Amino acid sequence: MSAIGNYFRSIFSGLKTLFQGMAVTGYYFRNARKEIITQQYPDNKDTLRMYDRFRGIVVMPHDENNLHACTGCSACEIACPNGSIEIIAPRVVDPETGKKKKVINQHIYHYSMCTLCNLCILSCPTEAIVMDQTFEHAVYDRSLLTQILNKPGSSLNPNVKE
Amino acid sequence: MEETIISPDGTQEYFINMGPQHPSTHGVLRLVLTLDGEIIEKVEPHLGYIHRSIEKMCEKDNYRQIIHLTDRMDYLSAHMNNHAVSLAIENALEVEIPDRAKYIRVIMDELTRISSHTLWWGVMGMDLGAITSFLYGFRDHEYITEIFEETCGARLTMNYNVPGGVMFDIHPNFVKHVKDFIADFKTKLPEYDTLLSGNVIFLERTKGIGILTKEDAISFGVTGPAGRASGFSNDVRKKEPYGIYDQLDFKEILYTDGDTYSRYKARIDEMWESIKIIEQLIDNIPEGDFQAKTRKVIKLPKGEFYQKVETARGELGVYIVSDGKMNPYRMKFRSPGFSNLSALDRMARGGKIADLVAIMSTLDLVVPDIDR
Repeated sequence: MSAIGNYFRSIFSGLKTLFQGMAVTGYYFRNARKEIITQQYPDNKDTLRMYDRFRGIVVMPHDENNLHACTGCSACEIACPNGSIEIIAPRVVDPETGKKKKVINQHIYHYSMCTLCNLCILSCPTEAIVMDQTFEHAVYDRSLLTQILNKPGSSLNPNVKE
Repeated sequence: MEETIISPDGTQEYFINMGPQHPSTHGVLRLVLTLDGEIIEKVEPHLGYIHRSIEKMCEKDNYRQIIHLTDRMDYLSAHMNNHAVSLAIENALEVEIPDRAKYIRVIMDELTRISSHTLWWGVMGMDLGAITSFLYGFRDHEYITEIFEETCGARLTMNYNVPGGVMFDIHPNFVKHVKDFIADFKTKLPEYDTLLSGNVIFLERTKGIGILTKEDAISFGVTGPAGRASGFSNDVRKKEPYGIYDQLDFKEILYTDGDTYSRYKARIDEMWESIKIIEQLIDNIPEGDFQAKTRKVIKLPKGEFYQKVETARGELGVYIVSDGKMNPYRMKFRSPGFSNLSALDRMARGGKIADLVAIMSTLDLVVPDIDR
């Protein structure tokens, strides 16, 4: 007798737990508008803003006169764990003082090797490079991932102290 | 070639490859199963499909650069991995870390634990055929990754700890968002129990399956929630407190059955304990520096240094051998996943293939952690 009772009890408890689970799903089904958590990503591109600290890609900001703050000190190159930054900065004789001084020629950044660890940004003494908040960086050719961060014709901002 | 063994009743045992590309192995893990019908006779894990030689790479990096590599071992407990390496370096340098940094680190660790366990819960449901739980688990996981993104700048590989403290101060909105999350998550966590813990199909597939005795757990070195479900008390936060865990009030979750369901319950209860820890800390973050001053070039003194922390999967040990230079002479990680995987054979023997999937889910294997 008890065996039959247990049999039916297990069926009913099984059904009960199933309906309990369904009730949770049913709650979200009925209150679908209250608890929307998904973002309509490609459609909300205009309003989508990443957090200020978001690490998307390393960039070098230039002002309106095409001046940047990179002195070519190679601190970021040394700090980078993956060798994704290469700096070509030959020593040039300064015509005013007559001393040899590093001048940045090319700040090469290999995005394909970068792990976005932020160590280069921390190491930069003049805040010449920063992390940008963009995140759509897919390209069709691998060579496009190697970028030269200083723009052509740009030069060091004279206000930057070394 | 091995000889095919045919038993007297005419049956024959055979081998089957589970993985490396199998959805329930959660990565590239290859298991060679020896089967008798559907009964598992032996499980042999084959590793090496995602080996990136992180320990060797550490030998060429300096101590600041090492930390970002450990994000990529157990990516679901990235903060704890960073914490372990930072602590090992700080102990060697004998640097005193500011209280604020200690508090932030512990809050981040516990948030990581919750986020790891929510993801595990969702994936565990999916492994056993309940698609709904995956969506619910990810919903809460996303909430925490947003908090990480705001303060650390990344969602998964945060690289937030540096030797001497943390990389940035917390975001002004951090406290508010964490409180919102805790308030929200306290209403969401009972849903987990309603959806899965009491479900009769789930109970049938987990209760009494994959039993690991306490002796086996100790001899295989199974740590974390998987070991504690067998009654092996091994919480590093209690046994050898680091950070500010010795000042906190929380329980070590212990179960004695050692079956799949106990491991499941241990993780669910751990989430409640993590909530408790965060609630104790979030209002009392002390003012002050978030980073102690360290030299630009860190050189550890000659010697060997070991530090262990409790990650979401178990005990992570970091062993540094230094010869006094800028980079370590040898670096060794004792990863929880590797030891936990070694007990899989013992747990799965005599069970069915479907049981193996349930056992693997509750071991919470992260393959990049097993295969560094």
